[in-house]
Amino acid sequence: MTAQPLLDVRNLTVEFATRRGTVRAVKAIDISVGKGETVAIVGESGSGKSVTSYAVVRILDRAGRIAEGTVSFSGVDLVAASEAQMRDLRGREISMIFQNPRAALNPIRKVGRQIEDVLVQHVQATRATARAKAIEALEKVRIARPQERYDAYPFELSGGMCQRVVIALALACQPQLLIADEPTTGLDVTTQKAVMDLMVELTRERGMSTILITHDLGLAAAYCDRVVVMEKGSVVETAAAAEIFRNPQHPYTRRLMQATPRVGMQLRDLLPDAPAGAMAAPLNEVPNPDQAGAPLLLVENLVKEYPRPQAGSLLAKLTGRTEPEKPAFRAVDGIGFTVRRGETLGLVGESGCGKSTTSMMLNRLLDPTSGRIVFDGHDIGAIPAKQFALAPLRRRIQMVFQDPTDSLNPRFTAERAILDPILRLGSLKGRDALRARCEELATLVGLPVELLDRFPHQLSGGQKARVGIARAIALEPDLVILDEPTAALDVSVQAVVLNLLEELKQRLRMSYIFVSHDLNVVRLLCDRVIVMRAGRIIEEGTAEAVLGAPQADYTRELLSAIPHPPL
Amino acid sequence: MNEMSKVEPAPLRLEAPPSTSLWSHARHVVSENPVTGLAFGLFALILFAAVFGPLAVPYDPLASNTSAALKPPSTAHWFGTDQLGRDIFSRVVAATRLDFSIAVASVALVFLLGGLAGVAAGFFGGWVDTVVGRVADTIMAFPLFVLAMGIVAALGNSVTNIVLATAIINFPLYARIARAEANVRREAGFVQAARLSGNSEWRLLLTQIVPNIMPIMAVQMSLTMGYAILNAAGLSFIGLGVRPPTPEWGIMVAEGASFIVSGEWWIAFFPGLALMTAVFCFNLLGDGVRDLVDPQRRN
Repeated sequence: MTAQPLLDVRNLTVEFATRRGTVRAVKAIDISVGKGETVAIVGESGSGKSVTSYAVVRILDRAGRIAEGTVSFSGVDLVAASEAQMRDLRGREISMIFQNPRAALNPIRKVGRQIEDVLVQHVQATRATARAKAIEALEKVRIARPQERYDAYPFELSGGMCQRVVIALALACQPQLLIADEPTTGLDVTTQKAVMDLMVELTRERGMSTILITHDLGLAAAYCDRVVVMEKGSVVETAAAAEIFRNPQHPYTRRLMQATPRVGMQLRDLLPDAPAGAMAAPLNEVPNPDQAGAPLLLVENLVKEYPRPQAGSLLAKLTGRTEPEKPAFRAVDGIGFTVRRGETLGLVGESGCGKSTTSMMLNRLLDPTSGRIVFDGHDIGAIPAKQFALAPLRRRIQMVFQDPTDSLNPRFTAERAILDPILRLGSLKGRDALRARCEELATLVGLPVELLDRFPHQLSGGQKARVGIARAIALEPDLVILDEPTAALDVSVQAVVLNLLEELKQRLRMSYIFVSHDLNVVRLLCDRVIVMRAGRIIEEGTAEAVLGAPQADYTRELLSAIPHPPL
Repeated sequence: MNEMSKVEPAPLRLEAPPSTSLWSHARHVVSENPVTGLAFGLFALILFAAVFGPLAVPYDPLASNTSAALKPPSTAHWFGTDQLGRDIFSRVVAATRLDFSIAVASVALVFLLGGLAGVAAGFFGGWVDTVVGRVADTIMAFPLFVLAMGIVAALGNSVTNIVLATAIINFPLYARIARAEANVRREAGFVQAARLSGNSEWRLLLTQIVPNIMPIMAVQMSLTMGYAILNAAGLSFIGLGVRPPTPEWGIMVAEGASFIVSGEWWIAFFPGLALMTAVFCFNLLGDGVRDLVDPQRRN
């Protein structure tokens, strides 16, 4: 670090005017970023990490204001700077990358033109030279065939490609500081690695400083020089990346680290009150899946096809010319596996691999094109999805959804949501009996009973997740499909929910199919793992075998893409 | 959602954001935008006139008194008198009930027909969607007021037919909004979850989809009310619809129009003012209702 940091934030306090008075989102924090340094700001939702960065570039929304403190950027006081000065600085000296790359790009403008716009805006190029410079910028972020991609619209590019374009945009004017706000959240793990490697390499090459805002401590430690940990608007710890893993000082950092799933730890280790490694052994040995007997679920040669749109079919019809039929797109391409009673099967793969389509077919919300789904001796694949809602087997297969907010009806109270399956499929009658059952379920999932009368918007993320779990287990199903149940949760909440799921499985003797892209979580929860890619099963085996000694190249690639903190 | 998460101090485990009652929220909305308060005040006034108006007015709205014909506004006759000596203030207030009832009845009818057809179209898709869409397109192909005139002319001059005509011309608007809103929620997580709970498709529609699009429909109803009043008055103005001597704003404006050139402006002016106030009130009310039901504004 040089004596004069590039960005120096002193005593920064940001306030938001809300209905219930002012809320201090950021409380008197100090952060400095040296020239060429990469600093991570890590924290859970509501820690104020994003607000801090918005305050630095002064793009807080109307309710927010900088109440106190100074922000100096290479000698310029950003708090006192006029809006015109800020506009000039943004993009030219300080660039930002946001979480959703597709939302950050104009959907109806060619990506090349969008890069040109930035270049021309900041007088880095004229309209005449812009095209060549834009293609050069695309080349720098390693987009293959940049000449062609120049003319692509954002919807024609994948998420990772879009994020590369956004990086190209952010770096087009050679800024001195890059602020990346969760740049890889929502991207696949291999794409995340490619994007992060690229970003770090490009910024190092140019001697740029970077602020990486993330909830992922592993990512921060793997790619940054220094890590700043924030909790509830305050900085609780600042340390070198290698140091923070080896020797965390603040209890919150320790808690956060403990809750982050890593290689070689057990489910119980995630919780703060268990000493690391102590309770590990008994938990995983008790619930041995029922090895003998018929499997609970048997899937054979399952296929789901979607027809491709026939280009120019109307024209072909009119002129009488027939084009060769395009083969249908196979989202799931002939997979087969079994799930035994009491077993947790992990379904792993990157987006578009067919894991969600598979889970939708298994819980009978979607009809397969061909193949058999045999559940406890009944061929449930033969029952159309529309009729399955009223079939007697419905109550035995339930699901926990990915997004706890989206999966709760905003106009149902928690109690009504939990009781919905019982009212439709259960035999329980009478208000008192229902209320009692609901309280029993709430206690089981650790939801305080007094919260049962609340609506979803009055509950926190973890509480909503519990309501979703209570609903899924209300009918005591045999098989529960968990579709990334913790993807939308903070790590500390994830730790609690994962342990809850494991405990419930043992208590109610259920089987789980756990759909996830997070291999570290899969390792903790699953007995067996299936790795999927492009609708096919690439590898199958016990969790230790697949994740410990993978046979397929693709599995190895997935595993190596997980950011490993320097330990 | 992302916007919220960075602002709200989201609690780690078991704390939850406190709840806001509808009443305190309403107070907040009104205090933030006084115009909404004005709209609610005007609405209360219209409601009062519609319910108690005919009982509270100083003169019989139908009684003519030729000796007091064409008198300008005075303390005895606040809004003056018309060519038959009827008190215009009494007639304007008494007319509120009829105009308001026509608007409420037609909006309720179109909400039921258009809303349900649209929700079904958006939720089920397929042929239901095609049929509802084509019906809406067909109605939209006509100039709407001319269509309303045609319906009333064909079915006969009666209050029922005005209600029907006003409902029919508003059908496409309701069907399309309901269709769009139902369509985006069709694959929402909570609908899928309800499917897993064993709800039939019709029950999904009525318990999961409909309650969630009610707020949007409520805003639409408020906005359409003004248009419905205007439409009813317009039909009466051109002689289709309510017949004289029934007090009705449209007829009163029509009757007064011929007297404006000879200087008796008040005959047409005051019913016109009442009409304008009512339409103005319902349009502002729409904005207020939107603020009230928009969950984004709750925090």
